[in-house]
Amino acid sequence: MLRSKASRWVAAPYLVWMAIFIVVPLFIVIWYALTNADGAFTLQNLAEIGRYSSVFARSLLLAAEATIICLILAFPVGYFLSRLRANKQHIMLMLVMLPMWMNFLLRTYAWMTLLEKNGLINKLLGLIGLGPLNMINTSGAVVLGMVYNYLPYMILPLYTAMTKIDDSIIEAAQDLGCSTFQTLLRVLIPLSKPGIATGITMVFVPAVSTFIISRMLGGGSNLLIGDLIELQFLGNSYNLNLGSAMSLALMVIVLLCMSFTSSFDEEEMEGVM
Amino acid sequence: MKTQNKRLLQRAYIVLIFGFMYLPIAVLIAYSFNENKSRTVFSGFTLDWYRSLFHNEMILSALGLSLVLALVSSVLATVLGTLATIGIHSMSRRTQLIVNNISYVPVVNPEIITGVSLMLLFVLLQKAGIGGEGGIFGWFTLLIAHITFNVPYVIFNVGPKLRQLDSSLYNAALDLGCTPRQAFFKVIMPQLTPAILSAFLICLTYSIDDFMISYFNCGTMQTLPIAIYSMTRKKVSPEINALSAIIFLVILAIILISNHMDSRAYRRNQAAIRKGAAEV
Amino acid sequence: MQLKRLCTLGAAFLLLPVCATPALAAEEIVVNEDISVSGDYDWTRFANDNITLNVYNWGLYISDGSDDSVDVVSAFEELTGIKVNYTTFDSNESLYAKMKSGGASYDVIFPSDYMVGKLIEEGMLAPLDYDNIPNISAIGEEYLGWDFDPDNTYSVPYMWGTTGLIYNTTMVDEAPTSWSALWDVQYAGNVLMFNNSRDAYAIAAKRAGLSLNPSSVEEVDQVMQDLQDQKSIVQAYVMDEIFDKMEGGEAAMAPYYAGDALTMIEDNPDLAFVHPEEGVNFFVDSMCIPSTCKNKEAAEMFINYMCETSVGYANCDYIGYSTPITAVWEMLDDDLKYSPIAYPGEDVMSKAEVFVTLPDEINAEMDSQWSQMKSYDESGGSWMVVIFLLGAVALSGFNIWRKLRKKMRDNY
Repeated sequence: MLRSKASRWVAAPYLVWMAIFIVVPLFIVIWYALTNADGAFTLQNLAEIGRYSSVFARSLLLAAEATIICLILAFPVGYFLSRLRANKQHIMLMLVMLPMWMNFLLRTYAWMTLLEKNGLINKLLGLIGLGPLNMINTSGAVVLGMVYNYLPYMILPLYTAMTKIDDSIIEAAQDLGCSTFQTLLRVLIPLSKPGIATGITMVFVPAVSTFIISRMLGGGSNLLIGDLIELQFLGNSYNLNLGSAMSLALMVIVLLCMSFTSSFDEEEMEGVM
Repeated sequence: MKTQNKRLLQRAYIVLIFGFMYLPIAVLIAYSFNENKSRTVFSGFTLDWYRSLFHNEMILSALGLSLVLALVSSVLATVLGTLATIGIHSMSRRTQLIVNNISYVPVVNPEIITGVSLMLLFVLLQKAGIGGEGGIFGWFTLLIAHITFNVPYVIFNVGPKLRQLDSSLYNAALDLGCTPRQAFFKVIMPQLTPAILSAFLICLTYSIDDFMISYFNCGTMQTLPIAIYSMTRKKVSPEINALSAIIFLVILAIILISNHMDSRAYRRNQAAIRKGAAEV
Repeated sequence: MQLKRLCTLGAAFLLLPVCATPALAAEEIVVNEDISVSGDYDWTRFANDNITLNVYNWGLYISDGSDDSVDVVSAFEELTGIKVNYTTFDSNESLYAKMKSGGASYDVIFPSDYMVGKLIEEGMLAPLDYDNIPNISAIGEEYLGWDFDPDNTYSVPYMWGTTGLIYNTTMVDEAPTSWSALWDVQYAGNVLMFNNSRDAYAIAAKRAGLSLNPSSVEEVDQVMQDLQDQKSIVQAYVMDEIFDKMEGGEAAMAPYYAGDALTMIEDNPDLAFVHPEEGVNFFVDSMCIPSTCKNKEAAEMFINYMCETSVGYANCDYIGYSTPITAVWEMLDDDLKYSPIAYPGEDVMSKAEVFVTLPDEINAEMDSQWSQMKSYDESGGSWMVVIFLLGAVALSGFNIWRKLRKKMRDNY
């Protein structure tokens, strides 16, 4: 169907667009990364990244923590939602997505109000005679910010994957003598794998590259890759070449991370998106 | 007994997670009624911020820009993406794979890289003299950036639907004397419409909320997220809180109304089925 | 040298009776009850040209109509018919980056002294035509002719000020008098620090008894080491976030600009401000026109407008920085006029130092050291990267192997 030669041409505008605004910019990044300010070829930018390995390590670690926490929190949510009645599912899903429509800077800013030394949480704790806890400007606060902002990205694909699991399969497993834990391990998790994979990428990728969350909740001392890149392009240390090299490194990390998920069937992935 | 406990536990968990997700929003809205401008002290109730919001030209023009930009870029991205999907569909398997993989790039690439790489491209174009004296950055760079990160979402939403379509319907239309064009618009399009609409909505959401890509490509323009960002670095005016309270209520209302209509349609459907069954 | 001159002149003002009468008030054009401008300037010549000026200023650095202040920008639009697109930045460096990358073209910008010098050096500013800025005569002479722009070819002073230490009196045992307080372990986790390399460097340098303008790369490295040592004490690196944080009692002390300290103290009387004894930074923020500007004459009109007495007064009243416009200073309330924070005396000014534009090499070192200082992590952890990379490579290798195996199997 629709496989006439002529209909191929309707993709032409997009192909041109794609070439100019997706492919060319990537090559520009690579080109900047491999040249110095005078435009001569150099590997120094890439070598210099080594100096910032602690930032890369911190970003990876915090993003990984956030991803795991998201997965643990979201898995039951996805499951419960997928077992609701159809019309209830609809509204619950909307409620999961609603926070995403609020500006994410403002939501993160609201966390500042909550977490600060004189913030709301500490005030509440004070009422019952606890605290004050030191929460803001720690790496824990950054992880919290990531979990909070990207949790819906984990819930949605998990939910989508789980709606495809029939109740009868779970019942069958239980009838055959599986404990709850075994059902989870042997049935639920394997069947929701595509959702887990998509969820992991959709949380990990933005988390590893964010610079807003660390700036607002981390106090600027928990520098992440995103901050470092922003610093090179629009901040204190203006250096397009080094910034491009860092972007390149980040891209490689993300591609490696994607190789986790690419091991799943492509069609399945698309259905989940 | 046991299942009841389980259900209670489930409910409690869901409530807890939703509480976590809505807590900051509650704070946000609460502070829109704060008399004091400070983020830490709640001194009294006022509606002044709602009033002054409508006189704050900076916020209103940023909001206006964001809305127009989101609308225009989503429409263009949807058209471009739908055409692309149809075109890609008729390509060979190998080309399809290549095009799809490249289209994935803006989806999986960190936003900061998409933003930065587009900025570098525009800088080069500007150096080449495109954009004239005033420089290239502004409305068009913003629009291009937004379309670029929106199109893939259209492709990946409409693509699977197109593949699932029953091709015999299209062929039947042709057999019955439709031109391919007619067959396309009368048979294929109606079936794709839900997917296209949902893609459009996704674009709209991403575009309105996008900060990072816009941040690098906005020139001297300010979208709402950029205006908010420049505020979060000093004092966020409670007018912004007021604005988000309004946005929140509007979206909530839309959700509730659509859900209400959905469930009414659902009930009517069920009733019709029952009635049909009874008649038979 | 010039600082001394400035102080003596300042002192002279105190002694002189207020002699400037509002000359020829009849000729003034009244825009609104707060803003009126001189009548012998053609303000409306661009009224029908549909011009938009892109003005790029520091955050919270103009009287913008919030908190019942005067909205000077909209008054300008009303007066001239020129539209102003007003946006803000938070450090000289981000202003520079935005201009340098070509990511935006502005018509009027507000860089500080050393950045003016740097922009001039790189040919990024346009020389001003003072025929269009007659109000230059309103600027006190002692604020003109600084080293970064000796003949004021490119810049008109907007505000000046000093840095100092702002602290919360309820959170410190004794009032700090030295920058060393920012390194004091008893305030660990209670100290905020500048989030821009030049200002942060200046503090560490002054504490070490060095000039805030380093003369060698080694000097930069040495001072940056001090900043790195300070990291465990610093709660957060901030710029304008400091307003909320200090006013809300989130931290005990922080270095910041004197004018902003006044605003904070007004909102939270527990706060106090001191000029540390080692000496402070004296800065002049200027108005300049980038060489890419399209409507230079209109931009000059904006600068001229900003130097009008009533406008200068509105700004000064709202942002609390020190004004270079003599007539404005005379109009101020006594408590601001004689405030030791905004207009410090000889003891402070004699020890104050001005930023100069640094040579490229030293600048680059400062930038890269700053990135490294910020990314420094006591607990180390760089080995993590290696492990992650190895793991990822192993995993993708495993995936490829699995796919190959599957393909082989499919083939048979």
